[in-house]
This record gives sequence, structure tokens and C-alpha cells, in this order.
Amino acid sequence: MANTYELIASVTANGSQTSIDFSSIPQTYTDLLVKVSIRVTAGGANYTGYLTLNGATTSYTGRDVMGNGSAASSNLRNYSQIYIGEVNGAASTSSTFTNKEIYIPNYAGSNYKSVSTDSVFENNATTAYAQLEAALWSNTAAITSLSINAEAQTLVSGSTVYLYGIKNS
Amino acid sequence: MAAGSTYTPIATTTLGSAAASYTFSSIPSTYTDLVLIYSGSGSVSTDIGVQFNGDTGTNYSRTLLYGDGTSAASGRQSSVSAINMAYQTTGIQNAKINVMNYANTTTYKTAISTEAIPSFAFGAVVGLWRSTAAITSLTFAASSGTMSIGTTLSLYGIAAA
Repeated sequence: MANTYELIASVTANGSQTSIDFSSIPQTYTDLLVKVSIRVTAGGANYTGYLTLNGATTSYTGRDVMGNGSAASSNLRNYSQIYIGEVNGAASTSSTFTNKEIYIPNYAGSNYKSVSTDSVFENNATTAYAQLEAALWSNTAAITSLSINAEAQTLVSGSTVYLYGIKNS
Repeated sequence: MAAGSTYTPIATTTLGSAAASYTFSSIPSTYTDLVLIYSGSGSVSTDIGVQFNGDTGTNYSRTLLYGDGTSAASGRQSSVSAINMAYQTTGIQNAKINVMNYANTTTYKTAISTEAIPSFAFGAVVGLWRSTAAITSLTFAASSGTMSIGTTLSLYGIAAA
């Protein structure tokens, strides 16, 4: 049976990168799926995670719904990158890495690109988040590269990002 | 990789003309779960409902959690004629709908979806179809207006082994 859910590439951080980047993404799939497990070395509890597409720094909009253990809320996320939820820093519970799943349908098409992100930032303390994010990149270009970062902080060694391609035929 | 044999395209369509609904029929019973990916736009802003096996009775219910960028809220619909599991606007949005254990003939069927509507909200839905029948068809229908040309619907089968 043909593979329809294929690993395109993966990166395991070596302790020096401030982003994880994928370039020359093949245009042969229908959708992209990005699985993220990262933490940063910086001293705060949480840092903002971002996704950029094709290196662009404009034309992103977004909104989310999130829960922090005591209340649900919603926020606009209109930044120069796509907001993908919070990322654990050194002040959060040790050995705890945020997990995120990012889905990008029709990434090679000529419509604007919608992005869906599920994110957990768990922490054995008072601050923790479950977050769901909707984002739009108002650009018709096919996605050929993407990058993940957390406020450009250094990623902990062992942080991983996996990029999958999904074919619908 | 192993996942390739368990994430199998069953059927897909890219709408060549505006349509109020689309039905996947003759869904094989050989998988464990179903995944439906929606990506597209519509003529108006409206819910998109899912019906199984052509059942138009009031045998569905759902719970919704959503945020519109300002506030978060939750809502319920019970004894309705479809599970509103996605939402369309005239902009681009997507939804991923998971239907668990769809082929069994013992339990009522549950589904969950995440709907990313960048111009409006993010929603998460859990739905129930009160039927023990195996799901053999799935209809995806706008509550009003139509789904636009170029909208894609892809149905995958997930096998447990």
C-alpha cells in the first residue's frame, strides 16, 4: 500500500539552535502536519512559540481559545509570525517539553493558507495552558519552507520537530 | 513507515462547482477510525453539519467550545438533525473531524473536531450519533448557502494495526 502519511524530515536540537527550519518542502503532498516537542533554556517559565512560512514576516492573523486550569479565554494573535502557543522555559517543571500539532491543509495550493494548532504547555505549578489556535497567512504562495521558534531563545538539546506530508490519493 | 498503512485515503473531492453538500458513500468497514479533512470557503457564514448513513432524524447532539479572539464560550445542541462539526465563512478555513470506532454495531458513535476559522474563531466540538449502526456513509452539508468551488474534502481510514 502506498504511503500517504510520510515523514518528510525531522530535526533534533543540539542545544545551540534558536529555531528549527525546514526548507525545500516537496510540493507532492496535500497537507502538512508538524509535530513539535520543544523547550528553551531561557530562565522564564514560558515563552511564546511561533511558526513562520516561507520566511514571511507579514500577513498573518490568528485567534485562539485556551484554558489555564481555572478559566477559558480567547485572544487575537495578529503578530509578525503565527502564534502556536506557549513553550516551556527553565523555570517550568524540569524535563517538561511543550507538545504541539500543527496542521496546514492545501499548503501547495494558490489559496490563502489556514493553519490549525493544538498546543499543551504543562507545568506542575499554577501556570499551564491548553491552547487551540486558528491562523491565516494571507498569501497565495505555495509553502516551501517553515520555521519554528520560541522568541528566538535557545532550544534545549533533545527538542524535536517532525514534518509529515499527507496525500489524499 | 508504518503509519503509511494506517492512514489510508478512502476518497477525496475538490468541488468543481458550488455545492450545498457532499456525501462519502460506501465507506469500507475495514478501518478503526475515520478522519475527514475540510479545507475551503463558502458563500455565506454558516455551520456545516455531518450526518451519518443518511439519517436526517433528530438523533444527534454536540458540545462546542470556542473562542472568537475576545471571549471563550461553550454551547450545546441536543436532539438535532446533524452534528455541526465545522464552520464556513467566505474566507479560508479548515477542520479535522475524527470519527471513532465507526464500524462497530454495539455503541453509539462519537466524533470530535477542531475547526480553525481564522476570520472568526477556533472551535472544538464533540458530537454523538445515537445509533449502533456501522457508519457506511457521511454527508457534509452547509446549513445555508453553498460550499465554494475549490473546497476540498478528504476522508481517511485509520487502522489500529
